[in-house]
Amino acid sequence: MGRYVVRRLLQMIPVFIGTTFLIYYMVYQLGGDPISAMFGDKGADPVFVRQMREEFHLNDPLIVQYWYYITDLLHGDFGTSFNGRPVADELKRAFPVSIRLAMIAFAIEVVVGVGLGLLSGLRRGKFVDTLVLAGTLVVISIPVFVLGTVAQFWLGSEWGIFEATATVGDATWSQLLLPGIVLGSLSLAFVARLTRTSVAENMRADYVRTATAKGLPRRRVVTRHLLRNSLIPVVTFLGADLGALMAGAIVTEGIFNVDGVGRLIYLAVTKHESSTVVGAVAALVMIYLVMNLIVDLLYAVLDPRIRYA
Amino acid sequence: MTTIDTKNKPEGSGPAAAAPLLEVDNLHVEFRTRDGVAKAINGVSYDVSAGETLAVLGESGSGKSVTAQTIMGILDMPPGHITGGEIRFHGKDMLKMSKEERRKIRGQKISMIFQDALSALNPVYSVGFQLAEMFTVHRGMSKKDAKLKSIELMDQVRIPAAKDRVNDYPHQFSGGMRQRIMIAMALALDPELIIADEPTTALDVTVQAQVMDLLAELQRERNMGLILITHDLGVVADVADKIAVMYAGRIVEQAPVRELYRQPTHPYTKGLLESIPRLDHKGRELYAIKGLPPNLMRIPSGCAFNPRCPYAQDVCRSEIPPLHEISVGRGSACHFWETVMEGEVRG
Ligand SMILES: Nc1ncnc2c1ncn2[C@@H]1O[C@H](COP(=O)(O)OP(=O)(O)OP(=O)(O)O)[C@@H](O)[C@H]1O
Ligand code: SF4
Ligand SMILES: [Mg+2]
Repeated sequence: MGRYVVRRLLQMIPVFIGTTFLIYYMVYQLGGDPISAMFGDKGADPVFVRQMREEFHLNDPLIVQYWYYITDLLHGDFGTSFNGRPVADELKRAFPVSIRLAMIAFAIEVVVGVGLGLLSGLRRGKFVDTLVLAGTLVVISIPVFVLGTVAQFWLGSEWGIFEATATVGDATWSQLLLPGIVLGSLSLAFVARLTRTSVAENMRADYVRTATAKGLPRRRVVTRHLLRNSLIPVVTFLGADLGALMAGAIVTEGIFNVDGVGRLIYLAVTKHESSTVVGAVAALVMIYLVMNLIVDLLYAVLDPRIRYA
Repeated sequence: MTTIDTKNKPEGSGPAAAAPLLEVDNLHVEFRTRDGVAKAINGVSYDVSAGETLAVLGESGSGKSVTAQTIMGILDMPPGHITGGEIRFHGKDMLKMSKEERRKIRGQKISMIFQDALSALNPVYSVGFQLAEMFTVHRGMSKKDAKLKSIELMDQVRIPAAKDRVNDYPHQFSGGMRQRIMIAMALALDPELIIADEPTTALDVTVQAQVMDLLAELQRERNMGLILITHDLGVVADVADKIAVMYAGRIVEQAPVRELYRQPTHPYTKGLLESIPRLDHKGRELYAIKGLPPNLMRIPSGCAFNPRCPYAQDVCRSEIPPLHEISVGRGSACHFWETVMEGEVRG
């Protein structure tokens, strides 16, 4: 197990470098001279521009610029945006909000998704199953934008069950509840369907039959033997999804006015704030990689055939 | 523990004469699927007493496993439906018991050994956990005590270095060792009856005999009833007391083992015996039963075996032969059992 962890950690290094370089390159290509963009129509003092280009290493080849960038990054320095604010500050403000949002979405996705999936998998072909299948199909086919707006209007504004928008800056847990549900709903639908298929498949497995033949109570057969095995593919999905929840909340954050990473990146892109974009994305990549590692380890815990492979 | 040698007992005495432990009586099971209704079990009756081994023979699809699953209460329902009959354990019909009553019989009074131990054991738990579960759940034992009991069991089924291997996972064992673990699990709570569904079919020929011997020995020591489902007529001759031959969800012949081998009274049994390869007849072509097993959705009228039977007459196509009693504990479901009995066994 120890060697497995080390191997997985080492594998993360090239992936991290590769993805961050790619992002760096693409954002760089995104265009415009950021220095000139800063001054708009007024035109800038050429001396000052040259100075700025020096400071931001803009005259060096891309690979060298990247090198400067990544070494700074590893020292915890995410650089400065062109308006002089450290990118790290922006990230420190935005990330906690997004992490909170993602946690809410994730918790709902796991608890409700797995629960519904188990229920319908155990009662395949029955009413509950049909209901879950139809419901999840609806959720999957409605665009998040529509779902979010509708939920905000009815559940938030009209009926007042949830708070409809978040305050700019630091959003509270209760303000993030509805956006969290909206954000998690799509994944929830996938998780429910994945769990359902997996449970239904494993229900006919020989070892489940053995567990019943051993005279174990049905509860134990289902939770210890059936569910444990059925969750293996679901965990893989959940791990990949946790990263996506952090990065993919742009639409939801927009609707509910949540000041998170999605919004930060969106604004930075429109303003050509390359260092903010790259910094935020690099941080996301890191979170994503760590999540993946945790999932892989969890996977190995769940399935001894992998652990001892 | 008393050791009863069931094999060399005189006829009509010993455990066979006592009230049967388990009686399957006129059992009917069908599978209702989208393609139609498959009548898998059509009036099966057999019984087993303590210390007795009943071998159930028959080709693929004849309903051996479905009968076993129905006894255990692990039949897939739906699509399976029990449409008639009784299964009495100590004289009490299990089909009328509550779910909870039946659960308490499973694993504690009647347990089952499956064919493929690799898929029958849970891949994500250690064998120790899966053995210990019997004790923690059914006997309320502490985890620690249960583990000690598991090691003891693994020793009993002769798994080398049981103590070191108790935390290993099923995939880390060889096929033979895995099947021993299945046996250990079945024996854990000292059941009165074991159902072994082709326990050696998935194993290498070299370990088949070892595993079978172990099972037979443990059964004898503990005076358990054993229902042994198998294709292997060689194994049957060695360990069984009596045989039930199944065809299309019916018992077509039932007899004490030696009598059946000496003098089959059903054409199907005769065909089975004649298809055993024998050393002294090496080089001669095997007699095999011609034709295919019947489609269970369209079982032939009359005797289900008639399209394949060399003895078939007109009456076989119209009338279902009942199980004629030939002598005590001996029966044949053939209109012409006397003719069949007189004939020689070719082979
Ligand atoms: N879950 C099920 N659904 C539908 N049909 C089934 C099911 N289980 C068994 N059957 C049918 O019941 C019939 C009897 O099957 P069974 O497994 O008892 O045969 P068997 O005698 O054990 O054969 P084998 O020697 O191949 O194990 C088969 O035709 C099979 O297709
Ligand atoms: S009843 Fe007829 S068809 Fe059936 S086994 Fe006997 S002779 Fe053959
Ligand atoms: Mg079978």
